[in-house]
Amino acid sequence: MSNKIDNEVLSASPNKSMQRVQASLARRYAKERRFRRMGISAVITGLLFLSLLFGSIISNGYTAFWQTYIQIEVHFDAEMLDPQGQRSPEALSAANYGGLVKRSLRQMFPQVKKRSDKRKLYHLVSSGAAFQLREMVMNNPQLIGSTALIWVAADDDVDMLMKGHINRHKPEADRRMKDQQISWVDELLQQGRIEQRFNTTFFTAGDSREPELAGIRGAVMGSIFTLLITLALSLPIGVAAALYLEEFAPTNRLTDLIEVNINNLAAVPSIVFGLLGLAVFIGFFGMPRSVPIVGGLVLTLMTLPTIIIASRAALKSVPPSIREAALGIGASRMQTVFHHVLPQALPGMLTGTIIGMAQALGETAPLLMIGMVAFIVDIPGNVMDPSTALPVQIYLWADSPERAFAERTSAAIMVLLAFLITMNTLAVLLRKKFERRW
Amino acid sequence: MQTNTLYNSSATQPDNCINIQSSIASDDCHTVGNTSVKNPRMNCRNVDVFYADKQAINQVTLDIGRNEVIAMIGPSGCGKSTFLRCLNRMNDTIDSCRISGEILLDGQNIYDKRQDVVPLRAQVGMVFQKPNPFPKSIYENVAYGPRIHGLTSTKSDLDIIVESSLNRAGLWDEVKDRLNQPGTGLSGGQQQRLCIARTIAVGPEVILMDEPCSALDPIATAKIEELIDELHEEYTIVIVTHSMQQAARVSQRTAYFHLGNLIEVGETNQIFSNPRHKLTEDYITGRFG
Amino acid sequence: MFEPAIITHLVIAELPGALRELPSDQLNLLVNNIKNLVFGNIVSGEINPAMQDAADHYQHLHTISRAAQTVVALSLAILCTLLAWRSIHKEQRARNSVERIIMLFLIASSSIAVFTTIGIILSVLFEAIRFFQAVPLTDFMFGLKWSPQMAIREDQVGSSGAFGAVPLFAGTMLISFIAMLVAAPIGLMSAIYLSEYASKRVRNIAKPLLEILAGVPTVVYGFFAALVVAPLIRDSGTLLGLDVASESALTAGLVMGVMIIPFISSLSDDVINAVPQAMRDGSYGLGATRSETIRLVIIPAALPGIVSGMLLGISRAIGETMIVVMAAGLSANLSANPLQAVTTVTVQIVTLLVGDQEFDSPKTLAAFALGLMLFITTLILNVIALHVVRKYREQYE
Repeated sequence: MSNKIDNEVLSASPNKSMQRVQASLARRYAKERRFRRMGISAVITGLLFLSLLFGSIISNGYTAFWQTYIQIEVHFDAEMLDPQGQRSPEALSAANYGGLVKRSLRQMFPQVKKRSDKRKLYHLVSSGAAFQLREMVMNNPQLIGSTALIWVAADDDVDMLMKGHINRHKPEADRRMKDQQISWVDELLQQGRIEQRFNTTFFTAGDSREPELAGIRGAVMGSIFTLLITLALSLPIGVAAALYLEEFAPTNRLTDLIEVNINNLAAVPSIVFGLLGLAVFIGFFGMPRSVPIVGGLVLTLMTLPTIIIASRAALKSVPPSIREAALGIGASRMQTVFHHVLPQALPGMLTGTIIGMAQALGETAPLLMIGMVAFIVDIPGNVMDPSTALPVQIYLWADSPERAFAERTSAAIMVLLAFLITMNTLAVLLRKKFERRW
Repeated sequence: MQTNTLYNSSATQPDNCINIQSSIASDDCHTVGNTSVKNPRMNCRNVDVFYADKQAINQVTLDIGRNEVIAMIGPSGCGKSTFLRCLNRMNDTIDSCRISGEILLDGQNIYDKRQDVVPLRAQVGMVFQKPNPFPKSIYENVAYGPRIHGLTSTKSDLDIIVESSLNRAGLWDEVKDRLNQPGTGLSGGQQQRLCIARTIAVGPEVILMDEPCSALDPIATAKIEELIDELHEEYTIVIVTHSMQQAARVSQRTAYFHLGNLIEVGETNQIFSNPRHKLTEDYITGRFG
Repeated sequence: MFEPAIITHLVIAELPGALRELPSDQLNLLVNNIKNLVFGNIVSGEINPAMQDAADHYQHLHTISRAAQTVVALSLAILCTLLAWRSIHKEQRARNSVERIIMLFLIASSSIAVFTTIGIILSVLFEAIRFFQAVPLTDFMFGLKWSPQMAIREDQVGSSGAFGAVPLFAGTMLISFIAMLVAAPIGLMSAIYLSEYASKRVRNIAKPLLEILAGVPTVVYGFFAALVVAPLIRDSGTLLGLDVASESALTAGLVMGVMIIPFISSLSDDVINAVPQAMRDGSYGLGATRSETIRLVIIPAALPGIVSGMLLGISRAIGETMIVVMAAGLSANLSANPLQAVTTVTVQIVTLLVGDQEFDSPKTLAAFALGLMLFITTLILNVIALHVVRKYREQYE
């Protein structure tokens, strides 16, 4: 079979070819090293971005968990609060508490005389101080007439100064705190009247225009309500759809269409779901804007494909022998599925659901479309109350120019990420615990 | 005898390892038959292979001669494939695999630190159990080896190598009109011959074949066996096979493996007609396997 | 659950005409006050007789609704009992009818996906058609000027209301291109490194870490872009003597690329692992180095899967909203300069629709036309990509 050319080439080849192989080795290994380095640097770049992202958010946000407080001496002047002496709730709630705060400040800095300077002085203390005093008096009218030392929240600019976010060495015109104000703060500091404390407001209050009074409670509640709706709808529907498609559906064009459809829906941009929600739920069914129930509906449609796909994968991993065993002892198909297959697949389905919920929790764009982006101070009490959601709150705060809001945005992101990491860890643990090799 | 321990510094005693082989290893370690040949191409001395802490090969010593076909037979899991993969260090790709003992190719220890695995594999080629052509054209499949090793500098040289390799593998006439079609489109037997052509194209000295016909039908198998017979004039061929008939047909020498031990080695005729070891006899006569 | 809403609606309907005409926010305040009155809370503002009436009415309705609930619940219970009683006899196979009902539920659930798609198409298409009645399709598709601000009064300046979407398409493509420029090589190379080179320990640490990037909400990336990356790029641009807009396409594209890295990398990882070990063995057996095996055998074999992963990545980039909303800006420049601010389709959808809008102004309808374009583009990309992936999987199964 072998002809002459072959013999020439091949008989000569072993030695000659080994020389050639040896000759090209150095070049090939250099290439190999280059390629490997490219791989390493890709991984490192990815990790670098990750650490930059987390690093910048944590370094920006951790200070938001502390808040600067100023101690003022307040005389609850009966003349000012309740001239008629009725102590009626209406009168007390309508009284001028802001005036009390201002008076205390004037007494602490008697040297301040000019009107404009006084205004600067009042700016040291948060406008929330007045509400704090009102609440104290409403709870305990006996305070009237007495004098007390009270810690009130400082204005966000003072807070920023204390946290070192305002540079004292910049020209006065370029910074929000003027020289005069800084000197007052320094004086208060010397008297021990300035203190940093854990920022409970951040966790208990709703949104506010004032950074020092703003909190995430409203947004968190909104997110919880929205997710409750999403979970209540998407888990049963998703599991049911997966059961049908995997266990009962005949293989025909229709089920094929449904399958292609679900895979495609999983990749449709989330904002399109927002458009759907706006046009159908709000435009067509006339549901109110900004409410968690509409948000929940939209997010349900968005997470369903994820849950269906994960649930089907879980069902697929249950070996057919289990089904055959159940069918073999006379169970109906429905009984087989619900008694034997579903329990085996449930952990996998729950894992998928948690991951879907985590996605829904981080989703912003569709919620913007359905108006969950309003400025809402009240904390929502049910699924029909107007509210925002945590990621939307982040978006809203990120738009605010105040430095203190940048800090709170980062802090809110940390809270959001904490939720997400918890959920994902839960999913991983669930998978580990119930993972079974057949 | 000097034992070069390479991959693990601590030579493991057979009785230390937790496995079923140890009972056989302790009382019946010696290979029956003459393991050495005159002017060998490869010498294997006291080769041990471990996967994690499981011993797969136990103290195998065997010479592989020039231009011979040596067949390795034995029941499944006896370590014959593992041993084969040691001969061109294919086991390097498995993380948990450790090897001790020495394997010489033309007097050079292939597990030496200075030995580069890339030229080694160019010298000792391998054909696998399932035909595994690359998802490329027939031409590109054969040209792959010469290309990466830089064996040719011109296109016409490459053409010559591709043609002669396909010719050697007895495939040229069947594929010469469709060299640009994907190699995966060939039949199973053709694919396996393509893989052989791919191996030959690099110009190896030894070709390792790991059950090359187990995925093929009888006609394709016959063609491959015929090919092996022709190739052994120029190459040393080590073939692992499940089929005793195949071993009898293609090989000059046969080695019988059992549970990681090399039980018996000898002329193929002698092994099949007059096995000297009880285990070999039992296997040949079909008592187990 | 819906009880408060219904009652509120009824109360508002009963309010004196003048009060009913109030703008919605004031009306909300009023209703709140009425409710407070009912439950004895503090009311802000004075109580007028109309409100007192309304509060009484509210109370009345509340009582009625309680009673109605009881009646409905009772009658339902009785009805069900009767039905159940009637159907209990020997021949009845309860399981079969229960199973039929469950089956209907299952079928209905799985068809929701189809209805969602139909809903998306119909809602977007319907509004888009209304838009194209006002603005010709060709103006929209080929117009070079985008300024959707319509005049509220006739005499306002700059009230042209141009709806040429080309700058938006160009901006979207520019940002997606930059994003893919970042994500494709990094994602692919890290997938290759982690699946072919890295030791098990490195892989077990690095892979989940990179996957964290995929779980970070996009609004966080947006904030990161605006807070960290934008100033960084602007400052380094200034150092190099370049004029960088504070909201540049580069910033948005770069951050979006980071977001897509884990996406590309996990899809590539899947397809690379799907390449049979036999291919690697064949190549190593011939003496190929790792990188040769990867470049010449594995990547060509996995190419369809990798390409479709890239397509899905592009579709992601096109549909991504929050990063561009927060980092790309609103100015509809028609420019290929990555240092300039550009705007995208999604940004415009958000700007046109956030806030209270009339449903029939061309401005809001334009958002739906843009949504239609977005949906069609991503749909085509997804269909192609998913089809290729499916074919690819079949090849190796």
